[in-house]
Amino acid sequence: MVEVLQKTLSSPSELENLRQSILQKRDPTRLCVTICAGTGCRASGAEAVIQAFKDEIEKREIQVNVELKETCCHGFCERGPIVVIRPKRIFYQRVKPKDIPEIISETVLNGNIIERLLYVDPATNEKITYEPDVPFYNRQTRNIFSANEEIDPTEIEDSIAIGGYSALSKVLFHMSPKEVISEIKKSGLRGRGGGGFPTGRKWDSCRDAKGATKYVICNADEGDPGAYMDRSLLEGNPHSILEGMIIGAYAIGSHQGYIYVRNEYPLAVRNAGIAIEQAMDYGLLGKDILGSGFDFTVSISRGGGAFVCGESSALMASLEGKIGEPRAKYTHMSEKGLWDRPSLLNNVKTWANVPLIINKGADWYSQIGTKGSKGTMIFSLVGKINNTGLVEVPMGITLREMIYDIGGGAPGGKRFKAVQTGGPSGGCIPEQYLDTPVDFDELTKLGSMMGSGGMIVMDEDTCMVDTANYFIAFLEGESCGKCVPCREGLKRMREILTDITKGKGKEGDIELLQRLATILQEGSLCALGTSAANPVLTTIRYFRDEYEAHISDKKCPSGVCVELIQYFIDSEKCEGCLRCLRACPQGAISGEKRKPHVIDQSKCIKCGACTEVCKFGAILTK
Amino acid sequence: MEVVVVPEKVESIIESYKDKKELLISLLQDIQAECNYLPKEVLVEVSETLDIPLSHVFSVATFFKAFSLKPRGRHLITICVGTACHVRASQRLVDKLERDYDLRTGSTTEDLRFTLETVNCLGCCALGPVVVVDNKYESQINADKLDRVLKGYE
Repeated sequence: MVEVLQKTLSSPSELENLRQSILQKRDPTRLCVTICAGTGCRASGAEAVIQAFKDEIEKREIQVNVELKETCCHGFCERGPIVVIRPKRIFYQRVKPKDIPEIISETVLNGNIIERLLYVDPATNEKITYEPDVPFYNRQTRNIFSANEEIDPTEIEDSIAIGGYSALSKVLFHMSPKEVISEIKKSGLRGRGGGGFPTGRKWDSCRDAKGATKYVICNADEGDPGAYMDRSLLEGNPHSILEGMIIGAYAIGSHQGYIYVRNEYPLAVRNAGIAIEQAMDYGLLGKDILGSGFDFTVSISRGGGAFVCGESSALMASLEGKIGEPRAKYTHMSEKGLWDRPSLLNNVKTWANVPLIINKGADWYSQIGTKGSKGTMIFSLVGKINNTGLVEVPMGITLREMIYDIGGGAPGGKRFKAVQTGGPSGGCIPEQYLDTPVDFDELTKLGSMMGSGGMIVMDEDTCMVDTANYFIAFLEGESCGKCVPCREGLKRMREILTDITKGKGKEGDIELLQRLATILQEGSLCALGTSAANPVLTTIRYFRDEYEAHISDKKCPSGVCVELIQYFIDSEKCEGCLRCLRACPQGAISGEKRKPHVIDQSKCIKCGACTEVCKFGAILTK
Repeated sequence: MEVVVVPEKVESIIESYKDKKELLISLLQDIQAECNYLPKEVLVEVSETLDIPLSHVFSVATFFKAFSLKPRGRHLITICVGTACHVRASQRLVDKLERDYDLRTGSTTEDLRFTLETVNCLGCCALGPVVVVDNKYESQINADKLDRVLKGYE
């Protein structure tokens, strides 16, 4: 439990003394069971695991010997619930409540390893005991993300113990606002929300903007489907975001900040709220921060589930209590933003980089990465990939290293087809470009973009026309409707794409899609519209043959588009287990036990229920 | 016309936002959490108490996906149709509910047992397809599992 402080911290030395006293009370050799309780692991049952640990520890009265720590996302969500036993960092994955008594009696009390809970490297079939040896982790550079594993985000003292708010203290007492900005400029940090705008320049123009009242905003409206690193950072290490925001506020002269977070992220909303309260109690936020005379407060604003609100002007409109429609940005938001006042908006990851740059220096920071993109980037590696999860890597790593060395390739021996970067407005990159280094500029050259860091891997079973259709349908639904090219153009594109997936495509559809795409790029008001055509353009550019197969041959080569395929059973693979027969909602499958089954095509509605239950891979499409 | 009284609890929620017009979205979220949807008479009350034109309240309530102007069922099913869940066939789950439960996206079953909504991403991409029933996350769901999960909600 956190002891209630006698008084708030009112000088850098008091912060340092507190840090030392926390560290003295903690024994680094003491056994500590850390359990990931982030949204991902919770979905896999982490809460029951935590309760089982609590019950077991109480039953055995060994509280003195072992500490239980609920952290947030470690990143390897595929393997959750994840339990790491420190200090040795024994790594147990997919832990269930019934495993807990054994973990306590064997590992905690006797130091024995429980083999069946270890991670097996799919590449070598070797069991791996310690977390740092897991290939998913050991090829990453976890500058920003590593703290997530060490701290309970609801305990500010955990953050302080690992150096939290030391950058803030340095800035407030040893650096002028100008020096802070020049340090950020020198680091080469670029906005992590997608655009890649140089962060230091943004800060500079906001500092120079006229007006006594300025705002600092954290964009945590992570709307990109397939990206969830912002959620994990805000859930798992909210104090690092707050510290970055306070430093930014000091640099530009702002006293009010907002965190705009999706309401679909309840845990992030909760943890950010707790962090703000605790930082206020400790004198790290609010009036006269650390006795410096600088005031800054932060409020949380919850989004209403609109993708377009990730766009800066739409986000600010929403903060003002209006509908989230973007506006033309003849004047930058840094000069005229929220309530027409200068507003500094950065993404969660950008803010999280700030304390690191201040603590370790711009020179250190700018050594990481490529010429044009510095530092590390957190990606969410998801879709058809073995090791799904969040990975932090230096800019410039190749797509191949990321997908194969860290991600372990596509599961089930399937062939990799493409990777979608940059969310719905990004593009699909095919196999021949896998050796491209990942940074802001290289991805743009391929017709895609960095975006917020989503990386969705697709294998041979993914249809690229269906994928393009999915993204355009998504953007059609999320278009705010303010400008015509985006509102109408996306609707028409979706209609054409849907027709193609239904076998109603016509000669000339591809060219028509390309023409519409140009209109969207040139005529839309905000980035949602101007980049919306990317998924169509890149899939046409790299997978034109798939479009042609749908249009000319009325075939879906990947076997996805239901109107163009038929399900049938491979009689050699079918073991006659009756599973598909029972699962079929139409009664379209007939057969006897241990004899091959048959699908009646006239009854089949192509719902795919049989594929999901078949254990022998006997259901095929053609 | 039927006179509907705004419940006291909702009154006090609205009252607590009285001088905070800019927090309209948060207010509507709190009301929806309490009432399960945004009843018309409550929106009128919001407009009057906060001195915001009703048209503005209505535009916000209809712009954001999170709000419902219709009563919702006892249990809320949310199917994630984000990209990662999509490539793992979450659409099949949506189709299944329409087929077997007569439940379309954004609608409610006649017996008010379930309301179905889709969401663009819940950030559990490693565990897709993800379905949330009354705030409980269920991971790697297929049609068969979905039936078993829903059995627990009457």
